[in-house]
Amino acid sequence: MKCTSDVLFHDLNVHAITRAYKRARGRKAMHRTIGKAGLAIAGAAAAAMVLSACGGGDSAGADLDPDADLSQQSLTVSNWAGYYPEDLGAQFQAAVGTPMTITNHATNEEIMAKLTAGGDSGIDVAFVSGQFAQALNEAGLIETINPEFVPNMANLYPEAKELAYDPGNAYSVPYAWGTTGICYRSDLVDEPTSWNDILEPSGENDGKVTALATERWLMLPAQKALGFSANTTDEGEMEQVKEKLIAAKPGLLAYDDTTFYSRLVSGEATMVVAWDGWCNYGTAENPDIKFVVPSEGSDLWADTMVVLKTSENKEAAHAFINYILDPVNHAWVAENILYKVPNAPAMEAVAGLAADFPNMGYTPAELLKQEGLIDLGEAGPMYTEIATEVTSS
Amino acid sequence: MSPSEKRISGRGATERRALSARAVFAGPGLLYVTLFMSLPLLLILVYSFFTRGRFGGIVWDFTLDNYGRAFEPVYLKVFGTSIVIAGITTLLALLLGYPTAYAITRLSPRWRTIALVLVVLPFWTNFLIRTYAWIILLNSEGPLNSALLDLGIIGAPLGLLYTPAAVVVGLLYAYLPLVVLPVYASIERVDRQLLEAASNLGASRIRTFVDVTLPLTLPGVMIGAIFVFVPSMGNFVVPELLGGGKTVMVGNLIRDQFLEARDWPFGSVLALFVVFLLVALFALQAAISRRINGKQVTRV
Repeated sequence: MKCTSDVLFHDLNVHAITRAYKRARGRKAMHRTIGKAGLAIAGAAAAAMVLSACGGGDSAGADLDPDADLSQQSLTVSNWAGYYPEDLGAQFQAAVGTPMTITNHATNEEIMAKLTAGGDSGIDVAFVSGQFAQALNEAGLIETINPEFVPNMANLYPEAKELAYDPGNAYSVPYAWGTTGICYRSDLVDEPTSWNDILEPSGENDGKVTALATERWLMLPAQKALGFSANTTDEGEMEQVKEKLIAAKPGLLAYDDTTFYSRLVSGEATMVVAWDGWCNYGTAENPDIKFVVPSEGSDLWADTMVVLKTSENKEAAHAFINYILDPVNHAWVAENILYKVPNAPAMEAVAGLAADFPNMGYTPAELLKQEGLIDLGEAGPMYTEIATEVTSS
Repeated sequence: MSPSEKRISGRGATERRALSARAVFAGPGLLYVTLFMSLPLLLILVYSFFTRGRFGGIVWDFTLDNYGRAFEPVYLKVFGTSIVIAGITTLLALLLGYPTAYAITRLSPRWRTIALVLVVLPFWTNFLIRTYAWIILLNSEGPLNSALLDLGIIGAPLGLLYTPAAVVVGLLYAYLPLVVLPVYASIERVDRQLLEAASNLGASRIRTFVDVTLPLTLPGVMIGAIFVFVPSMGNFVVPELLGGGKTVMVGNLIRDQFLEARDWPFGSVLALFVVFLLVALFALQAAISRRINGKQVTRV
């Protein structure tokens, strides 16, 4: 029974693959490469899926009903604005039959506030960064992932299955990953090499640099410049981080989490602290905008998909995660958001993007050289207080 | 009891009916406001005495620490910054808004209507969009800087944006109409005969304004001042967008406690402080207008 229903599930997916493939081709001729490779891989993955579904043993994760009628369920997904292809909801609904609504959040903190407010948030699947998934799991708010219902997890890079916040992807599935660095105008400044280029900008860049405002990434440049861990909970170290950030504030144009790349485009800023993928949005508008990871090193972040315990549509939620991890779909995501996805066949399909956006070519091994972010536990409030002290100084 | 109240109690049944009719009309609105104002207020009052949950929410351990924390230098400084910025905004709003309102009352009825519509016109556009317009206008590559550069007035772009001054400009722009309207209403209400009497008795126009118009319009001025000061204190969008996140005001602090730090109890304490401030300001306003109205009655 389980086997047949999973085969049905797989049929639906093949449908989706074909659809997505056609769309991808129609939309952007330059990404034609995705199609052919993608289809072949999808076929193989589908076959693997049937095998794994029929051969599956006891379920390790959530207790799910393999016979659930997905068209009778509905999904509410919360993702960052602009962090998914615009018609993702419609495409998913067409492929799987589950009506889907996508709501947006601007930051991890915003969605965390919603999810931890108590009661049913009405959200089935949330996109949060790894360290927040870890916190949600500790708070007992998210469901373990049942791998039998997400056979496409086989597409993940082995490295993406051993990330520090959730080794083995027990309760979270990575959606995109990358690192943080400096995005800069190569026609206006020399390639920055150190975080200090932002924290202590030289004369002509004074007042023309921006830093990220979200706590963890606000701290990151100073933490790395001082040689500390990005996960440090040591009060003495954080005191030094605070001093360094307060000293850096007068040289900043602004704290900016969302529009930093457009400041580079306009020339308002020459260097900004940026997540790799978001720098690509600037590069797309002006090829002189480049990305570099400073020599002191940086973080490895992962944005994940989690299923809420309160969800009454867990089968559909798993189907959605599986849909995303499908190589063609995940490649479609990657080319839309210009962030790396931790999906091996999907990244192969979009390998061509690295020509225009070099950081799309970073390998998992390169990413793993950076430090994985984990939840701070009881030290969280200390970070918040320091952030307030720094920004109000 | 004022003379007017005496009259009401004297008229008996008719007045009581009118009173119950008033209760019927005002009841739903009052109930709505009271309920949805007092419930959340009660909620934050309760929250403020308990301990933060690690992932937001409340742990039901009683504590007064949240109140103590609000007096730490870092938060006092944020309060100080907010009061200064909101105060300067209010002062500028009065300096700009009072003459505007005064001028409008002196217009012909037709032009008065047009002028009042113009005052509220900005509200027809979304506040965020209007704030973003300032970013475009003021940024170092924006039209203002470009124009000044082209005219040779400045040698390098001015850093107009992402400063406390930019925050004041944004707040002033947002709340100026809130001064003009109540001040307009109070100037409008001033009895012209009083002004005539003053000038008949030999007072100069300036003296008439200072001794008659200004005191009589002070209640409206204070309402306008509160209308600007309070939302300026609580605004977190302008400091973030025009202040570039470098100016932290009490609104940002409260928002961040709930949305970023997930420290509900402390956020509640900060919110209560703003409520106290508001109540104190209204009490002051009421006391002053009572004094002025009292004087007015005896004078007449």
